[in-house]
Amino acid sequence: MTPEVEVLSLSSHPLLFLAAMLVKIGVVFGVVLFIVAYATWVERKVIGHMQTRLGPMRTFWHGLLQPIADGMKLFFKEDIVPSQADKVSYILAPMMILVPSLITVAIIPFGADLQIGNYIIPLQVAELNIGVLYILAMAGLGVYGTVLAGWSSNSKYSLIGGVRASAQMVSYELSAGLAIVAVFMLSETLSTRGIVDAQSASVLHWYVFKQPLAFCLFVVCGLAEINRTPFDMPEAESELVSGFCTEYSSMKYALFFMAEYANMIVISAIAATLFLGGWSGPTPFGAVNLLGKVFAFMFFFIWLRATFPRVRYDQLMYLGWKIFLPLALANIVITGFVVVLVN
Amino acid sequence: MFKEFIQGLSITFKHLLPGHSTTVQYPDERLTPSPRFRGLHRLVPTQDREKCVACYLCPTVCPAKCITVESAENEKGEKYPQVYEIDLLRCIFCGYCVEACPVEALEMTAEYELANFHREDFKFNKKRLLK
Ligand code: SF4
Ligand code: SF4
Repeated sequence: MTPEVEVLSLSSHPLLFLAAMLVKIGVVFGVVLFIVAYATWVERKVIGHMQTRLGPMRTFWHGLLQPIADGMKLFFKEDIVPSQADKVSYILAPMMILVPSLITVAIIPFGADLQIGNYIIPLQVAELNIGVLYILAMAGLGVYGTVLAGWSSNSKYSLIGGVRASAQMVSYELSAGLAIVAVFMLSETLSTRGIVDAQSASVLHWYVFKQPLAFCLFVVCGLAEINRTPFDMPEAESELVSGFCTEYSSMKYALFFMAEYANMIVISAIAATLFLGGWSGPTPFGAVNLLGKVFAFMFFFIWLRATFPRVRYDQLMYLGWKIFLPLALANIVITGFVVVLVN
Repeated sequence: MFKEFIQGLSITFKHLLPGHSTTVQYPDERLTPSPRFRGLHRLVPTQDREKCVACYLCPTVCPAKCITVESAENEKGEKYPQVYEIDLLRCIFCGYCVEACPVEALEMTAEYELANFHREDFKFNKKRLLK
């Protein structure tokens, strides 16, 4: 009797399952943190050159050790908690901002199934059949960190930053969510794995070609949701000092910094998974595909930052509610019609 | 609108290509200041002494009042500055002193690395200015 090949689960082989899980978590976490560290370097270099500067040059060859030096510097800085701040939420806020972005990575599939013995190991930390909902939920959680940070610092700039963040994220989450709706109307599944499978046939099956509008909407709204320039209203250093993280120092500030880049990775990975076929093309190596797409997106985000000035707050709200939301709704209606007609 | 977006993006991308950086890696490479650059002062020497005849025109014209001159007579009966001192901490490098000098005894050099550790080090006396 030959044993059947089955998906590795906690009940079928607990030890192997745990080991595989830990390895996957370790690798994904390590890769994400490494990218976070070096994204800061790449961003400084790229923006530097785009502004005809050089960027960091002094630490090692072309400033390659700059992230480490920065990390060490932040580590040894004095950790200041303002005396009038709300201590608990002040300390909680940086964690609340970083954790949702890091755990969103869990549902990004990064390769084809691996077969060890008689077990199939999916290359994805957590296989959720409601993956897309989970993404939206975690994106919604992220805003609490920003608002809490702004409120608990007990400073007017931080508060304004926090309030802006809440308004901005709520309005853009809506359009981003609606843009994704069009995708799973086509894929008929909410699992990220299923969505990648649906696009895996060839490059032409990528949803970016079937849903170009939804793709653009998602990228722009995603940008707004993670507060990157030109939508970095909550930070807006030229008007709000540093917005919600004005009062933070030392490692707490570093957490905000890491969260910003982790969010960038997450949005890039989600956009790649939902619209660009995730790990399933164009080269045969899953992880390479995904990373390549993520890097391309991140470069694009950095490029945008070097190019465009910040939008005004009323422009931001106008854009979100009067342009993106109707467009996203119209996209859903059209997609619905097409899906019904084709079937 | 989109045309402008693309234009903006293409400009920044062009700058990213190698050879567009205008940064000078300062301690490793330096720019040569222009000939008119107003840096550290220098007292012009003649064969055996400084050219300065201690006429007090430069301390008079100096808007920052940072030049100290004390005149004296040497054995040949010529006037010379017994004390000549410029307090660079107060100097605004306007160059009026150079303009005012009737005998062109004072000039400004291209020396601009003037940082120092002690206040006293910014008082340039005759010996240092003659260098
Ligand atoms: S450069 Fe101007 S401020 Fe400086 S010593 Fe000469 S006259 Fe005075
Ligand atoms: S103006 Fe010229 S000659 Fe007169 S005191 Fe100054 S440096 Fe000497």
